[in-house]
Amino acid sequence: MQEREPISIKALKAGDRDAFAAMVDAYSPKLYKLALRMLGDPLEAEDILQEAFLKAYRGLENFRGGSKLSTWLYRITANEALMRLRKHELDTVPVDEPLLLDDGAEIPRELKDWCCLPEAELMSAEAQDTLDIAIKALSPTLRAAFVLRDLHGLSTREAADVLQTSEAAIKTRLLRARLQLREILSSYFSERMERLSNV
Amino acid sequence: MSEHSLCQEFLSQISDYLDNNIDPLTCDELEKHLVDCPNCKIFVDTLKKTVYLYQQQEADINVPSEVRGRLFKVLSLDDLTH
Repeated sequence: MQEREPISIKALKAGDRDAFAAMVDAYSPKLYKLALRMLGDPLEAEDILQEAFLKAYRGLENFRGGSKLSTWLYRITANEALMRLRKHELDTVPVDEPLLLDDGAEIPRELKDWCCLPEAELMSAEAQDTLDIAIKALSPTLRAAFVLRDLHGLSTREAADVLQTSEAAIKTRLLRARLQLREILSSYFSERMERLSNV
Repeated sequence: MSEHSLCQEFLSQISDYLDNNIDPLTCDELEKHLVDCPNCKIFVDTLKKTVYLYQQQEADINVPSEVRGRLFKVLSLDDLTH
């Protein structure tokens, strides 16, 4: 999110409905995607989106402009999603305890080169389901770091600002998320390669 | 793979390497290691591909028009929808 804030904060604080509608239009696609990735359910994502904008509306007078409007909206949405996940006790723990190096990085176990699989295989409906399952298997904090950094393109500092944590914590979470996702996808695609070679 | 010290060093810097967030000298060293170590090469390629596949999937997600409509209604902005 490197683009310039297109919405007037002054107009928003003054209760300008057109400005608020413009803000909703500008940010709802990104916030909906974040909520959908975090919750994995379209109905819950919609609920989170509505709740986030209602909170933003009520909280506008307290918005000091210390962070960008986009960061503030991301923070409200991410908090809402994380609270919802805690409430539903959807916080999942990976079935396999990861093998860790001294610095906490995980040791990869799956080392088959599946990058050569045809695009149709990599993008099949079954593969898409596997991607969904893998991201849901991440703990909410790892998932949030991965979604904000790798899918929404936020910088480490911006993601840290949104999740109200340190840049070091974001880096660690992002590494762990990427490694866990790679392991699950590698396991799936390696099996696909074997099945295809036996046909 | 994990028993090789260069592989361990590579692993510990993989995220910074993917994000182009390491100094040129370390980057050169890591890339030289990739030429000599097929396991690390597979590892970095599959890691990049993993992120790429999620980014591709992300591009296909859109806010359904009915979701946008209901959002504007909840916010009492439905008279302003275009």
